[in-house]
Amino acid sequence: MLLIRCPWCGPRDEVEFRYGGQAHLSYPADPVALTDEQWADYLFMRDNPHGVWAERWSHAAGCRRWFNALRDTTTHRFVATYRIDEEPPEVPA
Amino acid sequence: MTRRLLAGRVVDRTRPVGFTFGGRAYQGLRGDTLASALLANGVDVVAPSPILGRPRGIFSAGPEEPNAFVELTEPWFDAIAPATTVELVEGLVARPLAGVGRLPGPDVPIRRTEHEHRHVEVLVVGAGLAGLRVALEAADGERRVLVVDERHWVGGTVTASDAVGSTLAPDWAEAVAARLRGIPEVQVRTRTTALGVYDDGYAVIHERGGDVDRLLHVRAERVVLATGAIERPIAFAGNDRPRVMLASAAWTYADRFGVVPGSRIVVLTTNHAGHEVAMSLAGSGTAEVVAVVDVDPEPGPATERARTAGLNVRSGWTIAGTEGAPALQAVHLQGPDSERETVEADLLLVSGGWNPNLTLWRGVGGGLRHDDERSCFIPNGNGPPWLEVVGAAAGDVPASRAFPFVPADDLSTHFVDLQRDQTVADVLAAVDRGLRSTEHVKRATYIGTAVDQGRTSGVLTAQIVSAALGEATGAQGPSSARPPAAPVAYAALAGRDRGWLLDPARVTPIHPWHVEHGAVFENVGQWRRPWYFERAGVPMDLTVTRECIAVRTGVGVMDASTLGKIEVVGPDAGAFLDRMYTNAMSTLAVGSIRYGLMLGLDGMVFDDGVAMRLAENRYLVTTTTGGAARVLDHFEEWLQTEWPELRVYCTSVTEQWAVAALNGPLSRDVLVAAGTEFDLSARAFPFMTWRDATVAGIPARLARVSFSGELAFEVHVDGRRGLELWEALIRAGAIFGIAPYGTEAMHVLRAEKGYVIVGQDTDGTVTPHDLGMSWIVNETKGDFAGRRSLQRSDTIRAGRKQLVGLLPVDPRALLPEGAQLVLEDTGSIPTKMAGHVTSSYRSPIRGRTFALAMLEGGADIHGQTVFAPLPDRTIPAMVTAPVFHDPEGARRDG
Repeated sequence: MLLIRCPWCGPRDEVEFRYGGQAHLSYPADPVALTDEQWADYLFMRDNPHGVWAERWSHAAGCRRWFNALRDTTTHRFVATYRIDEEPPEVPA
Repeated sequence: MTRRLLAGRVVDRTRPVGFTFGGRAYQGLRGDTLASALLANGVDVVAPSPILGRPRGIFSAGPEEPNAFVELTEPWFDAIAPATTVELVEGLVARPLAGVGRLPGPDVPIRRTEHEHRHVEVLVVGAGLAGLRVALEAADGERRVLVVDERHWVGGTVTASDAVGSTLAPDWAEAVAARLRGIPEVQVRTRTTALGVYDDGYAVIHERGGDVDRLLHVRAERVVLATGAIERPIAFAGNDRPRVMLASAAWTYADRFGVVPGSRIVVLTTNHAGHEVAMSLAGSGTAEVVAVVDVDPEPGPATERARTAGLNVRSGWTIAGTEGAPALQAVHLQGPDSERETVEADLLLVSGGWNPNLTLWRGVGGGLRHDDERSCFIPNGNGPPWLEVVGAAAGDVPASRAFPFVPADDLSTHFVDLQRDQTVADVLAAVDRGLRSTEHVKRATYIGTAVDQGRTSGVLTAQIVSAALGEATGAQGPSSARPPAAPVAYAALAGRDRGWLLDPARVTPIHPWHVEHGAVFENVGQWRRPWYFERAGVPMDLTVTRECIAVRTGVGVMDASTLGKIEVVGPDAGAFLDRMYTNAMSTLAVGSIRYGLMLGLDGMVFDDGVAMRLAENRYLVTTTTGGAARVLDHFEEWLQTEWPELRVYCTSVTEQWAVAALNGPLSRDVLVAAGTEFDLSARAFPFMTWRDATVAGIPARLARVSFSGELAFEVHVDGRRGLELWEALIRAGAIFGIAPYGTEAMHVLRAEKGYVIVGQDTDGTVTPHDLGMSWIVNETKGDFAGRRSLQRSDTIRAGRKQLVGLLPVDPRALLPEGAQLVLEDTGSIPTKMAGHVTSSYRSPIRGRTFALAMLEGGADIHGQTVFAPLPDRTIPAMVTAPVFHDPEGARRDG
């Protein structure tokens, strides 16, 4: 059971959260202007890195706020969590 | 009590305890385990082995036990337990178990089960010397320190032969535990087994209290594993005979329980611990040590001490075999030059070295490395930063050579895994077949897959595989072990989440009335909804028919309180809903209602419901009963992550409003009779509008929406007045023959009208166009969720599955929901499936069966016949439009 630091509520058990996939993907300004391939890329294609990446979480059974996290996919270690309106912090090497 | 010879440290000789094993009555002492009591009573054979049925006795003194399994029936049921971990209580009843438990019936006695959640700074697993030292250091009166140990005593495996300074080690442990228990914020809990350690210091721990089985969920800042080490056996011919035992176990029985399980003892050892046990037992004066067989040809310091103590030490000797039926009577010793000597003995003790007990460490990703001096695996330091291993578990164990088995021509009774009845011959055969790792050998032999998870067999197997492959010892690691580290009953895992506490049951304010009036309930998500209202002696289908007919010809009333209700409020509420629904909600007039479909970004129908505009900046949207939380989450996600600039707030009001849905041509009359000051005429109050009103003296929101296709009114009132409203409507409706109806009739009625249920007629692959609902997709209002996907090549292609109606050619034939449809009844297999039935009922109003289906190109083949091939027959059915009643909607609008 991971311990996840909600930017609003502090560290809480993983069961309180809902996972939201890759972060920092913006809904296209004009989806109709995109080709099928571009739309499919936005809709379906996700990075799958070995290491730290940015992902979305929602404190679904707590404050119900969405936030972002940097997490290492190889260790599950959370490098940082940050509010949805914040830039991702620098990843320490 | 044939063998209770010494004063045992954990037993109370003044407190006899009666118990039954295998149908015979015995007496043990308070503080005994079932194993120590059986040994004290001279019971050698505990259970047959699971596969070969060989007699087996007690092999160890702890949870590593691979032989002595029992089923407990009194005072508590336990499907499978090693006798070595069962604490004796008065009236305990156990029976031998050949390694495989049985599922109990519902009536077996079990302990009360509960969960406990705890946060600590330090969790110490193991109350041996190493664990207690860590706890003592950490306990400052402020830090929360939790020490757990699976035994019913502290001090772990230390005995009177160990010392801390000038104090006997067991005395030191007891004194330290007592001191710890006096420090604030410190707990020392025995009979408490850590089952697993997980990410970020989370541990699941099982405590066996007197009459409580307790599961602890612990979050610790720092976890210290002081889990000790387990003695390694040696495989030799007949090493499974009862009264062949781990050396340390015999000394534990003697020192802790006062039981010396033999009188003529042979010890086989690779390390000094075997000599220590031999000297201790010899020194106890209760048994004779006949021989100490040390596989090492070079005498070490321990050998010398043993010799000085007068023991018959055979350096460089091994054991060629054992004799005795069922239990040990003689041991065949074998010298360095293959010379043989047979000695009479009734106890053979084995010490093949020591394996740190690292199940928990490995379970959370801790790495291992081989220690050549000790011939075992120790932590390699690669583990989570909050996790430490100390003491014997960290590798502080006696040096030992690797001596997994005594070489011999016949290896077929050299047992490696006693619980799986697997021998050295079996391991070598697996390697011969080309299996080159312990993980593969494990799958081929099942070694390590039994209840004990290979505690005594794992490293042994790895050493044998390495030897067979000509690799260095340690080239093969032991196979993995996983949580739970010890067997635990499902009842304990469930805790109090059983029966009606398993899942919250949501009921409406009107629920008590339903219960009183014969409602049969169905579960819709967590909601209990009336399925139909049963009358004594009337079968369900007739009841549903009666309820449907009442709605079509008179009036029915349904509790619709479970509908999801979300208030969407703010200056941008309309604009937001325009982006969420396929049609425009911003253009909705205050006082009006609009049906809406919600799509996922993939263009597939996700939920449906109506939106009522309550005020300029306030909407109430309804969702499916099961979809309410999902829809609210969906709204929140978009608002928070994509459009934080929109000034919109969403609030769930599902439980704040009770809803009674009056359906049927007489529903208006019921409202009038119930008393409402309001003009209910179609002119003043048309279909798809809502009004504030008073019904039976209760402030209400009246909405003209219909899910039956009949004239209908939803009456929304404060949830606290829901029951009062319902009873008023039932009273007022009595003269009109009002019928309360349930979800089954509701389903039939809506299907007759071709109204889909999201999640029944749709399955996440269905677009609005597939449902024939292109009219609800507003392409001109701007972007909305899913719009772009409706233009993808796959969503616009012809021949997609489309919603159709089906009328079976035989009007009595009921198509099973889920039945596949084919276009031609050729009977050949395989055949192309063209669709499937999503809803199927008998229509009371039409006096025949009908169905809804998703059918490839279905919209274009109305009038054709399709077939549902079933195992025993094929049902032909005509494809129709999915509306079977009042296609013009005149009844609804009336």
